[in-house]
Amino acid sequence: MIEATAQGRYSVIRSTRASRGGAVAGIVLLLFLAAAPWWADRATMRLLVEIFYILALAQMWNLLAGYAGLVSVGQQAFVGLGGYMLFALAIFTPVGAAWSIPLAGLIGAVVSLPVAFLVFRLRGHYFAIGTWVVAEVFLLGFAQIQTLGGGSGISLPVSVVRDIAASRSGRDAVIYLVALAVVICIIAIVYGLLRSRHGLALTAIRDSEEASASLGVDNFRAKLMIYIFVAFGTTAIGALIFLTKLRISPAAAFDINWTTTVIFIVVIGGIGTIEGPIIGTLIFFLLREPLAQFGTWYLILLGLVAVVIMLKAPQGIWGLVAERWDLRFFPVQRRLRFEPPD
Amino acid sequence: MIEWVNSILQGVLTGGLYALFATGLAIIFGVMRLVNITHGDFIVLAAFVALVVVEGTGVGPFISLIAVIPIMAVFGYVLQRGVLNPTLGPDLLPPLLVTFGLSIVIQNLLLEVFSADSQRLKIGAFETLSINLTEDLAVGVFPLIIFVTAVVLIFAIQAVFNRTSLGRAFRATSDDPVTAQLMGIDHRHVYGLAMALALVLVAIAGVFLGVRTNFDPSVGPSRLLFAFEAVIMGGLGSLWGTLAGGIILGVAQNIGAKIDPGFQILAGHIAFLVVLAIRPNGLFPRTRDD
Repeated sequence: MIEATAQGRYSVIRSTRASRGGAVAGIVLLLFLAAAPWWADRATMRLLVEIFYILALAQMWNLLAGYAGLVSVGQQAFVGLGGYMLFALAIFTPVGAAWSIPLAGLIGAVVSLPVAFLVFRLRGHYFAIGTWVVAEVFLLGFAQIQTLGGGSGISLPVSVVRDIAASRSGRDAVIYLVALAVVICIIAIVYGLLRSRHGLALTAIRDSEEASASLGVDNFRAKLMIYIFVAFGTTAIGALIFLTKLRISPAAAFDINWTTTVIFIVVIGGIGTIEGPIIGTLIFFLLREPLAQFGTWYLILLGLVAVVIMLKAPQGIWGLVAERWDLRFFPVQRRLRFEPPD
Repeated sequence: MIEWVNSILQGVLTGGLYALFATGLAIIFGVMRLVNITHGDFIVLAAFVALVVVEGTGVGPFISLIAVIPIMAVFGYVLQRGVLNPTLGPDLLPPLLVTFGLSIVIQNLLLEVFSADSQRLKIGAFETLSINLTEDLAVGVFPLIIFVTAVVLIFAIQAVFNRTSLGRAFRATSDDPVTAQLMGIDHRHVYGLAMALALVLVAIAGVFLGVRTNFDPSVGPSRLLFAFEAVIMGGLGSLWGTLAGGIILGVAQNIGAKIDPGFQILAGHIAFLVVLAIRPNGLFPRTRDD
């Protein structure tokens, strides 16, 4: 878009050199990852699947907290719901496991409406704890459903597992590719959303709610839409997670750690950017491999790092990098370039 | 019939403990507009500090409060000035995420030091002493003491807020920290004192919790949720409302447990969600939360 005036020419720039170079590198990386069933061993593929779903969860929480300002510590409600919907659909309906993932997402979006009706009555910090109460209600509620295993949990029936693929390596490949597809879809949708008109509204809300309202953004409606969309995504990811685990119990499904991990990842990586959760996820897994043996100390370290980052550099690691070198691989902002008349 | 009366009565007494959990949370929110996600872990931390004092010196849990209260109060003051004050501002995210991070750190430190074993503060035969009201109805002496203590403390806190110069500083800073500063009040110091006061209540609540039930490093978050539910059900800005909220929660849990043991906690959460749906500002609101 170029606008010419007497003073000169204005143009709106939406891509950067880094983003064009990054796009090429990204496509190469995706092709490489998509070929993993042909080059990676079983353990590597399992690790990659875990990285994919944690990254997808982190992108969802970042959209919710970093852009819409809805800091939820109860997203495990939707992770667990997704897991249980996968099991319910696979056991009681002829829908295959792969199709259960988007279907679970739709169920999550529907369920999020009455939940939003309740938790949107709580403002700011109280919203956070309210979402946690809802997650506890889901946990205790699903523990009462005996046909889904009650408090002790249930395994995915062998017939359902066989349906995915006949051989174990075939199943691993299918689950891997589904996980890769889910994380790509999530990032693509978030990127597309943030580049759109709605993204502009969300960025405005992120920076100042009063200012965005005065510019005609319907804050409440924008937040509600994001809440529902994030519920959709998180529930679908939950279905994927428990497809890889093949067993579900209320304590595992509605574990607060789904949210804790993701919050640490987003805060350390850089909240309110698409790159931040990616960096955070990579750091989380890079540190986890050598530090996992220290168990609780690893969590203490992560918690302290998140606290220090929030106090000293609230924009996170990616925020510092982007500021220092003006680097953006997912440019969602619009820049105005001004050329004076010759 | 009499069993139901009994359930409700026990629920009211449990509500006193929940009101104690909640009053600290309400003070912290009332003065600094900070929702302290670490609150439940502070309660558990206080119970563990009491355990260390009891095992180290051989005194009873109640006497241990002489040490636990100042330890928790100083801890609160230092934490507020050193870590939490810098997070306060128009942005809601930093205080929320910092207290959330601290919550994980405290839980895992307690786990590392004390292991996941269940602990208990023992007060001997006193624990099971009860008064018979009628032939079929009895109340435990200890739950009754907790309830009376909660009422007395809420009364005392109200008096501090309404009648002392410290209370005036709390209210002034809560209303408008900038103007309060112009009047010579150091808001950072006042916030530190408010956190110290809240942690005095947390210390007492922690010891009561430790005597009444088993505790381990993981039980903090559910105490936070109970405290939060009591505050919201009662209505923000009203400590007596908080007591009422605690009682409603305790009664709902006891009635739920009577129907089916699996419903105990669920019934409390559902009571909270029902109140939230019908009266989003709580039952006895005095201030709005925005």
